[in-house]
Amino acid sequence: MVAARPTLWESGRMMFSVHVEVRLRPGIADPAGATIERSLPHLGFEGISGVQVGKSIRFSLEAADEASARVEVEDMCRRFLTNPVIEDAVVAVEALEGSPA
Amino acid sequence: MDQPLHRALGLTDDEAASIERILGRAPNHLELAMFAVMWSEHCSYKSSRLHLKRLPTDAPWVLVGPGENAGVVDVGDGIAAAIRIESHNHPSAIEPYQGAATGVGGILRDIFTMGARPIAVMDPLRFGSLDDARSRWIAEGVVNGISGYGNSVGVPTVGGETVFDETYADNPLVNVLCLGLLPAERLVLGQATGEGNLAVLLGSTTGRDGIGGVSVLASAGFSDAEADAQKRPSVQVGDPFEEKRLIEACLELLEAGLVVGIQDLGGAGITCATSETASRGGMGMDVDVTAIPLREAGMEPFEIMTSESQERMLAIVEPSGLDAVLGICRKWDIRANVIGHVTSGPATGDEAGGRLRILDGFGGAVLADVPAASLHDDAPLYDRPRAAPSGWDEAGRTLAGPELPPCEDPAADLLAMVADTSWVWSQYDHQLYLNTVEGPGGDATVLRLKHPATGADTGRGLALSTDGNHRWCAVDPRLGTALVVAEAVLNLASVGARPLALVNCLNFGNPEHPEVMWQLSEAIDGMAEACSSFDLPVVGGNVSLYNESRGMDIDPTPVVGVLGCIDDLRRRPPGVRLVEGGRLVLVGATQPELSGSLWARDKGHRGGRLPALDPELHLRVAGVVRDLVNGGLLAGVHDISSGGLALALAELCVRSGLGAQVARVADAAELFSESPSRVVACVTPDSLPYVERVLGNAGVPFARIGVASGDRLSVKGLLDVSVAELGTVWQQRLPEALGSGTTQG
Amino acid sequence: MTTRVGVVLFPGSNCELDAMEAVSSLGGDAVVLWHGEATVQGVDAVIVPGGFAHGDYLRPGAIARFSPVMAAVQAFAEEGGPVVGICNGFQVLTEAGLLPGALQKNAGLKFLCTTVDLRVETTRSALTAGAEVGQILRVPINHFEGNYTCDADTLALLQAEDRIVLRYLDNPNGSVDDIAGICNAAGNVVGLMPHPERAISELLGSVDGTVLLRSLLDAPSRV
Repeated sequence: MVAARPTLWESGRMMFSVHVEVRLRPGIADPAGATIERSLPHLGFEGISGVQVGKSIRFSLEAADEASARVEVEDMCRRFLTNPVIEDAVVAVEALEGSPA
Repeated sequence: MDQPLHRALGLTDDEAASIERILGRAPNHLELAMFAVMWSEHCSYKSSRLHLKRLPTDAPWVLVGPGENAGVVDVGDGIAAAIRIESHNHPSAIEPYQGAATGVGGILRDIFTMGARPIAVMDPLRFGSLDDARSRWIAEGVVNGISGYGNSVGVPTVGGETVFDETYADNPLVNVLCLGLLPAERLVLGQATGEGNLAVLLGSTTGRDGIGGVSVLASAGFSDAEADAQKRPSVQVGDPFEEKRLIEACLELLEAGLVVGIQDLGGAGITCATSETASRGGMGMDVDVTAIPLREAGMEPFEIMTSESQERMLAIVEPSGLDAVLGICRKWDIRANVIGHVTSGPATGDEAGGRLRILDGFGGAVLADVPAASLHDDAPLYDRPRAAPSGWDEAGRTLAGPELPPCEDPAADLLAMVADTSWVWSQYDHQLYLNTVEGPGGDATVLRLKHPATGADTGRGLALSTDGNHRWCAVDPRLGTALVVAEAVLNLASVGARPLALVNCLNFGNPEHPEVMWQLSEAIDGMAEACSSFDLPVVGGNVSLYNESRGMDIDPTPVVGVLGCIDDLRRRPPGVRLVEGGRLVLVGATQPELSGSLWARDKGHRGGRLPALDPELHLRVAGVVRDLVNGGLLAGVHDISSGGLALALAELCVRSGLGAQVARVADAAELFSESPSRVVACVTPDSLPYVERVLGNAGVPFARIGVASGDRLSVKGLLDVSVAELGTVWQQRLPEALGSGTTQG
Repeated sequence: MTTRVGVVLFPGSNCELDAMEAVSSLGGDAVVLWHGEATVQGVDAVIVPGGFAHGDYLRPGAIARFSPVMAAVQAFAEEGGPVVGICNGFQVLTEAGLLPGALQKNAGLKFLCTTVDLRVETTRSALTAGAEVGQILRVPINHFEGNYTCDADTLALLQAEDRIVLRYLDNPNGSVDDIAGICNAAGNVVGLMPHPERAISELLGSVDGTVLLRSLLDAPSRV
């Protein structure tokens, strides 16, 4: 990874591992979640509630620092990765090992 | 691995010796892998080819018969129809969603390879019993896969069959038929001609998915769970969006006259496409394995050459047309790479003449060098031992079995049979392209026939029916198969169509079992006899063997798809319908024989002797039904088949929300008999005298058996049920079993 | 004068030929508007047809809304040009912000291809100007994500401004307030899940779609 991207070192930019979890906003019907929740007891799994089904999106991102990476990902979420009418997102950004500190 | 490499690849010792003879030296690993996939049962038909030759394939309207990617028939007005059916049974058993999805993808490519736009898909599906959790899981996955892929790729799924029977536990039959249309003059074949022409790989990257798929999945049964798990990585993943763009790009390339030949990549991947195009064109081909775009790093040449990654095509183009080809591919965002050069033919004596050579870069090391045609033409041909099952009496055409039990409660037996399949087909887009006049759920599908280039309506129609019946074929595969063909012909007649061409999907068990080979051979004979009698050419087929699970071969299940033509489609055919006060006329004669019937199977009974088929009478019945339908003289009509007269009446009632009072049915045997060449027609009283005169003139037996009215289905002395109750059971059977929440079991 | 209707073609669209056939059968001229070109070619009305634009990957309409042609469609709509999004086209219009709300997976979690009864709720939209309020139309649906969703304020606004164009008589997909189609405040932009282009001939089972499509073809002369 490091050897493959020497320019990162020179530019002082960093690689981040990004995980976007897209979820339905509270109050939006989640029929997939409800169906799973109804099915689990039939299989002998008891005491389960609050099943939610969402999407998980992972990618790598090059940015100057974590704060700017986060700003960029949040913009991405607002404009493209989520539909704000029904979805919101939880963003996790983590510096990849080997990036300059 | 403690066995020789060729055996690990599924080749026998004799087959390995043949390869060495062909090459005049020992094959290397890559060559052995290429022969292994091409000589697999799936690609070479080595167990069935000998028998398939007995099928009639010619008619004046047949433009392309078996052996090409699809059969093509002339349907008039300058329009040709391409049709093919294939199985995706084994992939669907392992991963139902992707197995079925890639089955749809594969059959579409077979059709647009011929230059035709795919306009309709039909899915004959067979699953294990609804009582079995794993079978339900497979059924849901398969239906979702067809829905997910077919709807998205934009080809309507206009019909098919849905059958549940324990014989298919763990081994579903997922057969997929596709129909496409093309201007007759644009027909293209999958061949590479013209030395120096380029082989361009279009579409997806090549990954490890489906490596050895055909040999692993289709050429040996699998039963124990551990072996299944190991084979799982072989299942391909489909991308309908890639396929949609590939269809549009390929049709645009063909329309622009930019391709010399084109071939889809299916089983055996690039090996099959390059060797088939070269050998069909009488040429050779050099393939640069490094020019093939890969999805994964570190792939070996044998993996690249045998990968079954989906959504790929091979186009043969002239060097002068390459830029235009790449331009169209860019427009549709389709990857395109020159991976091969057409070389001279075998007779030239050139070093590369007629050879398929795999190179490490053009001009680089030769990694494999085999005669292109040897991968097909020299494939082994087996006359495997055949033996009738014990209990089979050839002279009496009877399979020994216990006595049939008496029928104690016909109403209860009928209620156990009714099942509305709309749970399945309402998940399929069956209306796209504005052709679907009669969709899924009727006797046959009816499509408007529009010119594929101009969109002009011809005022005529095409009809399609897919049919199979494992119960009949388990009793007597020869007569059973003939009855299946007869049923398809009558289904078409019920919508006013005359049959033009038949394609078949022969789903059988392990061909190394002599009884299975006997079934296959008998079934082919039965199909040949029926097709000859009905003047119906076989224009394509697919053989799926090794369908076995839980240690048992499946019941023999030849499935046929028949394409028909409706000469005047100004009004909708009457359909499966009753009208208040309509008189019910039974056309055809009933043989009171229950062997092989759904009723008998529901009682756990197998064996006996099937009702006879009189081909000449059958043609008369089909002809007069067709004439009555086209003359607008029937208010409703339904072919009598599985479940006999009882189920035909029940379906007429529930679909119309109307009762029927029926008499003149002697006993339960007449009620549930599946004897052929019969329909129930609903005729308005004022049309009745004329209809009866037409039937009489045609020389077919017929009888008035009742009237449509009220809210009960009653058959005098035999059964009396409310249409509401029938309807509820009919509607609820599938949704209740297959509602959300089934598990892998 | 013959109405020229532009039918937007994204990669993955599949109802464009049907929309064009329907327009032609009603006497209009249909032209393709390719997704990569930022123009509506001077047409009188635009249809964003059904299908699976960009494979419906990420979300239906999520990628298509960024196509160059959509900027031109947006400008055309802002000038009052009639724009109808059918099925996937409706999804594209909501993603693009031309119509409020969103289309979620059907409540039954299944793709649904069937024919439904619709009630015309207003005649102030480009698609229903030639219909009558209360008229019942039999039109096919064909979707997995047709469950119309919006927040309570938006729903109240749609109701108050008479922007609910069509309702299902027997709600097949869980849509809020049985909504099958809505329009923008001006009524020139309409989105609906049902497919009027599939109901243009008795042979196909219904001619009720012609009521809607004829309104669209007549819309430019009403402007």
